[in-house]
Amino acid sequence: MRTSIKNHYHEIQLTSRRSMVAILVICILIVLLISRLAYLQIYKNILYTTLSTRNAIDLVPIEPTRGLIYDRNGVLLAENIPVFSLDIIPLQVTNLQKTLIALKNVVELNDSDILQFKKQLKQHRRFDEIPLKLRLTDAEVARFTENQYQFPGVIIKARLMRHYPYGESFAHVLGYVGRINTTELNVIDQINYSASHYIGKLGIEKFYEDELHGNVGYEEVENDASGKPIRILKKTRGKPGKNLYLTIDSGLQLAAEKALIDHRGAIVAIQPQTGQVLAMVSEPAYDPNLFVLGISQQDYNALQQSEEKPLYDRALRGLYPLASTIKPYLALQGLNSGATTPDYTIFDNGTFKLPNSSRIWHDWVKLGHGRVNLPRAITVSCDVYFYQLSTKMGIKLMDDILTEFGYGSLTGIDLDNELPGVVASPAWKLKNKGTHWFPGDTTNSSIGQGDMQATPLQLASAISTLAMHGQRYVPFLLLGEQMPGKAYIVHQSTALSPIVLTDKKYWDIVINAMQDVVTSPQGTAYSLFGHGYTYTIAGKTGTAALSKRRLANEEDKQESMPLKLRDHHLFVAFAPVDNPKLAVAIITENSHNAIQTARAIFDYYLGNQPHVVRQPEKTIQ
Amino acid sequence: MLYDNRKKRFNKSVVYDSHYRSLWQCIHIDGTLLAFILLLCSAGLLILFSASNENLHSVEFQIMRLLLAFCVMLVFAQISPFALQRWAPWIYLFGLTLLFIVLISGHIGKGAQRWINIGFTRFQPAEIMKLAIPLILAWYYHKMDLPITLKSVLMAIPIILIPAVLTAKQPDLGTAILLTIAGVSVLFLAGLSWQILLTCFVSFMACIPFAWYLLHDYQRQRVLTFLNPERDPLGAGYHIIQSKIAIGSGGIFGKGWLNGTQSNLHFLPEHTTDFIFAVCGEEFGFVGTVILISLYMLIVFRGFYITMHAQDTFSRLLAGSITLTFFISFFINMGMVTGILPVVGIPLPLVSYGGSSMVTVMAGFGILMSIQTHRKLVTT
Repeated sequence: MRTSIKNHYHEIQLTSRRSMVAILVICILIVLLISRLAYLQIYKNILYTTLSTRNAIDLVPIEPTRGLIYDRNGVLLAENIPVFSLDIIPLQVTNLQKTLIALKNVVELNDSDILQFKKQLKQHRRFDEIPLKLRLTDAEVARFTENQYQFPGVIIKARLMRHYPYGESFAHVLGYVGRINTTELNVIDQINYSASHYIGKLGIEKFYEDELHGNVGYEEVENDASGKPIRILKKTRGKPGKNLYLTIDSGLQLAAEKALIDHRGAIVAIQPQTGQVLAMVSEPAYDPNLFVLGISQQDYNALQQSEEKPLYDRALRGLYPLASTIKPYLALQGLNSGATTPDYTIFDNGTFKLPNSSRIWHDWVKLGHGRVNLPRAITVSCDVYFYQLSTKMGIKLMDDILTEFGYGSLTGIDLDNELPGVVASPAWKLKNKGTHWFPGDTTNSSIGQGDMQATPLQLASAISTLAMHGQRYVPFLLLGEQMPGKAYIVHQSTALSPIVLTDKKYWDIVINAMQDVVTSPQGTAYSLFGHGYTYTIAGKTGTAALSKRRLANEEDKQESMPLKLRDHHLFVAFAPVDNPKLAVAIITENSHNAIQTARAIFDYYLGNQPHVVRQPEKTIQ
Repeated sequence: MLYDNRKKRFNKSVVYDSHYRSLWQCIHIDGTLLAFILLLCSAGLLILFSASNENLHSVEFQIMRLLLAFCVMLVFAQISPFALQRWAPWIYLFGLTLLFIVLISGHIGKGAQRWINIGFTRFQPAEIMKLAIPLILAWYYHKMDLPITLKSVLMAIPIILIPAVLTAKQPDLGTAILLTIAGVSVLFLAGLSWQILLTCFVSFMACIPFAWYLLHDYQRQRVLTFLNPERDPLGAGYHIIQSKIAIGSGGIFGKGWLNGTQSNLHFLPEHTTDFIFAVCGEEFGFVGTVILISLYMLIVFRGFYITMHAQDTFSRLLAGSITLTFFISFFINMGMVTGILPVVGIPLPLVSYGGSSMVTVMAGFGILMSIQTHRKLVTT
């Protein structure tokens, strides 16, 4: 055999030796491997356990449910409705641009949706769900679900969206919520808002943002590598927002809105005995639901540039001359300071001249009111009487009483952006106009013209104080709040130091005169307010002239003037006189509708008129 | 009857050692090795069940493959070393031809090509070479005196490198490395002189810069990432970082079976295939990995036992090479998963999900069993 020449013994020796060497090397390598494992698993175990936990466990914030807003009778004014939104998880989308274009064929997407989405894209992490379209119609949900397989990383999510069932009726009071913008992002508590997409932008929604928002909750979620939550390990519940009950009487609000009938203007109704604001209307208004979805630039521009100024809250920020509504307050001060007495009578021939001046001030009735004492001066709104009274009192005393009634400073209502108005004084004029105070300025101020300015809210607050014989309350909107499942907490009204007159009967003198404004055939509101009401009422009319130097008899020509130049009409009133339940201030811009509007409101609240019932618009587009 | 008669006649000419004759011997199965393999496979299925997120389907599939591989092992165990020795050159040439076919069809298909489709299944010709290279080298050195001379070493170089380079070009670096190891291990056992070994080692080191240019870009990335995984934590380094986290977070006793977060939550890539060892490390801890390594080592030691008790040089070289290649393949896999070796695509033998490598490994064990059980009374 060929193999016989081989040295078998030697070969066995060789291969065995080499095998032993190999085994030795293998053992060394295995020891090396096991040392490595020991290093990783024993020595570095804590480090890698931490890393592994951080890999898999994520704290996911849970958005607290925003509190609901009710009116004083429990009518729901702001609710959260479930909607289907289209969300995108950028991490799971391969080509975002293509996906967006393809999605346009399935759901309706406008430019502002995409713009908003791209803004959000920068603010969120890649694996967050970012809403692209907030409210899908049923048809869109169906269409997308059919095509979902084409869109990995795009999901439909059910979420709660703020909805205002009454639309524009409560827009200025409630305000609205909108997506959190960059400015707000810097101010808010980042942690508490980590799950929130919305924040109150205006009105009650903004002022009570903290109460309505609640506190964020957390889920400890185990995620897989793609960031998809697999299971919830632990849930820390947050606190839902509180439900707010407003002092607003939605029936009254709707009645007031209806009474204005498409006139521009504002109405503020206050419960004099508490300071609760029962209605706050500013017309025209806007649909706050538009802002929740993210209003398109076009729509916003249309609202912004409208001559009607629907975004402008006239009740809170509209500055109007007090006009003749100033007269009862000046009358009170005249009596209080002794500058006049109830019986002091003048003869009004329709004109007034300051001493050492040639300028003639006219009464609004060309030939004057004849013999006029103080109550009659209020009832017929005699200008000359107050020209004279102001000359006796001087601007200081006039300003004092106006300030005591809350003019010239914020009422302190629980809304942001209130304006203080102006109580004109020599110091104010020097500071703001750079000129000195002339005696003629005092004369102008005595009939609420000139520089005196007030908001409808201030007018209402002042008339309410008058109704209460000087008892002052801060007007407020929050009646109470309730944490879901907890007790209802009543919000107390805040009393301010009352206005004290030297003689209490002065109140009755002025109030009786104001009653005559409505009830006496000579009263300025008599004809327009009409007959047949079942309550006692005291009021005062006012006309804010827009064309400065008008003739005394110009009022008759108002109908022929261009709409924008017609007078603003004011009416402040309260009823019933002995036990005031409702104090109202009304302004109608370029329209004399204020008094009729007041009639409708008082009739609704105090009379036996059928209540205005309006069904909330439940329709979802 | 005819068959029996022929077998009897055959038995007369070759007399088997009656001392070792047992039932196992008759069916040419090495019971000890079989037991070790079964232990390892069971452990592997246990890990796979967890790694596949409790997917019974993939476990069933793996069992099917294991059964197929066992059949192949049984078949190979029946083939006597003598027959293998005769067929060795033909097996090698057959494998080499298939490699070329793959290369050419890859060129036509304009893309990486590792597989040959044979109707019901696909297989990787490189896998054949894992056995063919040790076979032909053992056949070659069996005929000459050991230790091998420089000339016979030079003869071995093309035999090893042609299939290795062809495989590396597919590109499949992992298998190419294993082919080289399989060949070199034969040379080593055949007494390759230490001088040559040392020279080769030095020249290998010197070749590294040149090899750099031959590597594919993704292979370079792997090497760079091995050297510093943090340089690309979300890209190429992601595998190794997550793998280390999985193993490290296992601690001494592990997170428990089915409780590994790294694999179940897909942080660990390739967790059923190349990185399945990390799943074992995470769920069974240090204790579990040491036990798994011990199971592998039992097979390795049995392999060396068979090697040293083999009756002729061919068998010894073949058995030694198969054992060494088996060791190297699981060592490289564990090394890359624990971060001491670069990531090359080598699965953990018998545990990783799927693969034609499983069949090759089992065929190798079949050869080991054949060598152990086909014993002649007279050694040649």
